[in-house]
Amino acid sequence: MNRHQKEIFIRGIFAFFAFASVLILALIVMFLFREGLPIFKEVSVADFLFGQEWYPTYDPPAYGIWPLIFGSVIVTVFSCLIAVPLGVLSAVYISEIAPASIKDITKSIIELLAGIPSVVLGFFGMVVVAPFLQDTFDLPTGLNIVNASVILAIMAIPTISSISEDALYAVPSEFKEASYALGATKYETITKVIMPAALSGISTAVILGMARAIGETMVVLMVAGGAAAVPESIFDSVRPMPASIAAEMGEAPFGSGHYHALFAIGMVLFFLTLFFNLIADYISQKFKEVGSATL
Amino acid sequence: MQAALTTSMTFRYFKQQVFFTVVRLSALLIALALGGLIAYIVANGISAISWDFLTLPPTDSMTKGGIMPAILGTLYLTIGAIAVALPLGVVSAIYLTEYAKQGRFVRLVRIGINCLAGVPSVVFGLFGLGFFVVFLHFGSCILSGALTLGILVLPTIIGASEEALKAVPQTFREASLALGVSKWETIYKIVLPNALPGILTGSILGIGRAAGETAPIMFTAAAFFTAKLPSSVFDEVMALPYHVYVLATAGTHIDQTRSIQYGTVLVLVGLVLGVDLIAIVIRSYVRKKKRW
Repeated sequence: MNRHQKEIFIRGIFAFFAFASVLILALIVMFLFREGLPIFKEVSVADFLFGQEWYPTYDPPAYGIWPLIFGSVIVTVFSCLIAVPLGVLSAVYISEIAPASIKDITKSIIELLAGIPSVVLGFFGMVVVAPFLQDTFDLPTGLNIVNASVILAIMAIPTISSISEDALYAVPSEFKEASYALGATKYETITKVIMPAALSGISTAVILGMARAIGETMVVLMVAGGAAAVPESIFDSVRPMPASIAAEMGEAPFGSGHYHALFAIGMVLFFLTLFFNLIADYISQKFKEVGSATL
Repeated sequence: MQAALTTSMTFRYFKQQVFFTVVRLSALLIALALGGLIAYIVANGISAISWDFLTLPPTDSMTKGGIMPAILGTLYLTIGAIAVALPLGVVSAIYLTEYAKQGRFVRLVRIGINCLAGVPSVVFGLFGLGFFVVFLHFGSCILSGALTLGILVLPTIIGASEEALKAVPQTFREASLALGVSKWETIYKIVLPNALPGILTGSILGIGRAAGETAPIMFTAAAFFTAKLPSSVFDEVMALPYHVYVLATAGTHIDQTRSIQYGTVLVLVGLVLGVDLIAIVIRSYVRKKKRW
């Protein structure tokens, strides 16, 4: 084998391994379908998605996951209400306001926050936040939507902050200089020039943060309370989709309707996050060049 | 009057002050959240930590004894995940940064990696259950768990490696190629050694995540209690995150095991954040020492 052939050979091998991620993704889809689709012999897609009752162990069982979808959506939305302002503003702090020495420390803090295992945050929610909520608001249980949203927000903040920071950092300094030259204050420059220019990146950050919150398992499993019903107040318990899968998979007999239904919930969750990710990818591709040439 | 007020310099600076204060407070709040969390865990967990706690198996139906099998299990699973993800991730990153030209294939690979990065951890668990445990008949064991965790961290490792490879100046490659060195040898002898610290520190941050994950190993590897230590990769193991979860939620002695729970949480957080912190310190040291 001469040198040229060797190079082509190596290149081919590398391309194959790089393709592994796509293959793995395809395998994930395949096996979710393989184990999840059989449930639709027992229940129609519409009844599955919009059915109000989730009693998979009853006889006859009811496989309606609407309460679970609703639970997932509501904790995600509430956690974003907390995480988006905090995440974006902390990114503004790091990229625009912080002095160099504090900047590195703040970045490390956010990185460490991202590293805290979700089961630890869930545990914290159970032993600290739950008793606090229960006492303060005089509730039957502190394991509810508010608790789950607060803890999920802590998980989503690092994602939102670090991606927003990249986006703010990528805004060309000419923009800033031009704004200062026109007599704008730093505040006006940040809110009227830098943040609009970084808007696509910040949107990506928010979407990915939401995707992270909706797919997070341990937190909602431990602190959302686990009631599979559409909630009536923010202090009610819910059972988001990942919590259902994690809690029930151990008890579901292999190959039963319940087992297939849990895989089907996995499919819903997978496609939901896939959808979020594709939107984020689309936004970041479409508005990639925020350079001076494009404006 | 109103117009004069809103446009006056004093008012504009006042608005700026308000905004900056809010921004600083948000950063402070995040720092306090992390600090409070760690302080709380240390304060409550430190009394449970002893040599026996770290080196003995649980006894008296989990209410006494230590967590040694869980520590060991987490180490096995994490090392297994590294063995799967690091080679695959680095090779993928080399292809994407050094060989690939813009085109449909690369676009497909990139979308694949992005989507894989977004898959919820519990879905990885389902996949591990459906593929490794059931389809390949591995059963619930170290091998299934390590493979599942490996593919979970793969996108993180690819990302970190790509960043490190891109940071190696183009002139290094050009100098090497100009000397008549082949492309592969340039990558192997020039680019990789220079990118290695970046690849390793970035990967460590990703691997810390694998060590703390619970959902992917719940159905693929973790056991509540094993009487013996694992003797092969086809044995079930105890793992720190799963141990915390089970003791805190499903055990029959939730209150009796509180101190064990705090101790286990402290060990888990100590392991994960300790490793993260080392990676962060090394990275900033390497960045400062950089010759280019």
